[in-house]
Amino acid sequence: MDHAVLDKDTTPEKDPTLEKDRGADARLGIVDCDIHPAFGSPAELAKFLPVRWRDHLADYGQRSANPVVGTLPYPRMTPGNGMRRDAWPPNGGPPASDLAYLQEQLLDPLGIEYGILQPLAAGSSTLNQELGAAMCAAVNDWQLDKWTGPDPRLKASISVTQEDVPAALAEIEARIGDRSFAQIAIPPRTIEPAGRRRYWPIYEAAEHYDMPIGMHSAAYGQHTNSGAGWLNFYIEEHYAFSHSLQSVVTSMVFEGVFERFPKLKLVVVEGGFAWAAPLMWRLDKQWERMRSEVPHVKRPPSDYIRENVWFTTQPIEEPENNRHLLDTLRWVGTDRLMFSTDYPHWDFDDPRYAFKVPLSPTERAQIFRDNAKNVYRLP
Amino acid sequence: MARHVIAKVDEVENGKSKLVKVAGRDIALFNVKGEFFAIANRCPHEGADLCRGQVVGLAEADEPGKVRMTRHGELIRCPWHGWEFDIRTGKSWCDPARTRVKSFDVSVAKGGTLTEGPYQAETFPVSIDEDYVVVEI
Repeated sequence: MDHAVLDKDTTPEKDPTLEKDRGADARLGIVDCDIHPAFGSPAELAKFLPVRWRDHLADYGQRSANPVVGTLPYPRMTPGNGMRRDAWPPNGGPPASDLAYLQEQLLDPLGIEYGILQPLAAGSSTLNQELGAAMCAAVNDWQLDKWTGPDPRLKASISVTQEDVPAALAEIEARIGDRSFAQIAIPPRTIEPAGRRRYWPIYEAAEHYDMPIGMHSAAYGQHTNSGAGWLNFYIEEHYAFSHSLQSVVTSMVFEGVFERFPKLKLVVVEGGFAWAAPLMWRLDKQWERMRSEVPHVKRPPSDYIRENVWFTTQPIEEPENNRHLLDTLRWVGTDRLMFSTDYPHWDFDDPRYAFKVPLSPTERAQIFRDNAKNVYRLP
Repeated sequence: MARHVIAKVDEVENGKSKLVKVAGRDIALFNVKGEFFAIANRCPHEGADLCRGQVVGLAEADEPGKVRMTRHGELIRCPWHGWEFDIRTGKSWCDPARTRVKSFDVSVAKGGTLTEGPYQAETFPVSIDEDYVVVEI
């Protein structure tokens, strides 16, 4: 990366980090596809749970497939499990638990017209599936009550228990009429590969209602984070997010999900995107040679990916030579990419500085606003 | 070049920092074991405030399992992506040639010497008996 020395003044007109004048496009309305709202305290979620499950949580806690109860598999490098150090609200509580501060630090100064909430409350990965379903419903109520109601710029995700498909469908049916919800959220490391038929009723509902499936990289999942077991370091977990999502995309292509549900939208969140280009090349090459193994996959795999899959941009790829980012964006397709910040996590991308390359006005509008508005059907 | 009085020496403790605005610039002032250093406040990577980062030492290993911790309190780690900058020079540890923040010359002077000459005390009055941190821009 080439990062300029900060040797200029810091007035907004002369931006030292960009080493150039800020253009008019800095005021483009932005859709941020990855914001993580937090509970001020566990009681915030409990308020939306039936007494039966509130008591259960108090007495027995919540088990996921993770090895240790009550912590993430990888304690992260900053306080609060990987938060921006400057995101702690002055009035207390963890980062992104205070709407007023989220507006002041994120939405207002960065010109964010819409923000997609990605709650990471792990109801989807709870081993007790009845508890998981109750937690998903509570998280969905909480998003409306605390976030999307008070600030309509924010759009919620329908959290569902993908391993209990009837419960997931019931939750989708209960929420689908409320346009405060913009997608259906499923964590990527499902019990079976994501393309398997046990999950098809969810995809069928998503296609029927034109609601994207958002798959956000998650610390929680039903399996270890690599095919060889739990990786040792947090720096490896960060990388493992990308191959778990490569497996999702590949499985959904080859199981024929996009052939069966041609209007289904899949959003790959926080898994990286540069890998999508060589993945498409590789899958197409093998499809040309072994197509007869999967005759239900009627078109080259890249066709489905270019029609049904979108990728959020954070954490932005940072090639050694900045200009190579432009090649990467165009190989993947600027119609497939949607900007995201990942606020308030430490690996946050700032829309003003993350893209250190000269995008055309069309490409900028696609990535920062238009693709997401179309995918999420935002007004 | 002008010299600006930016702090009293006893208001920034060892291991702490202070954000000062001088001549239109945001500058992060650090006290490293009694010595003062000033660097530009904004991280050259994505613009975060370095004065809100974590002051750390340097972890190195010659081989797996042989870790050395040195230079305690001499690096600032960005509050967002964790880029580490040498507080003395402004150079980043991973990419010192290309990723660095501007470093400014800093000195400590008695108040009595600052009442005349080309010094500018913009934010507070200077008294003769106290020691002050002065930055040259």
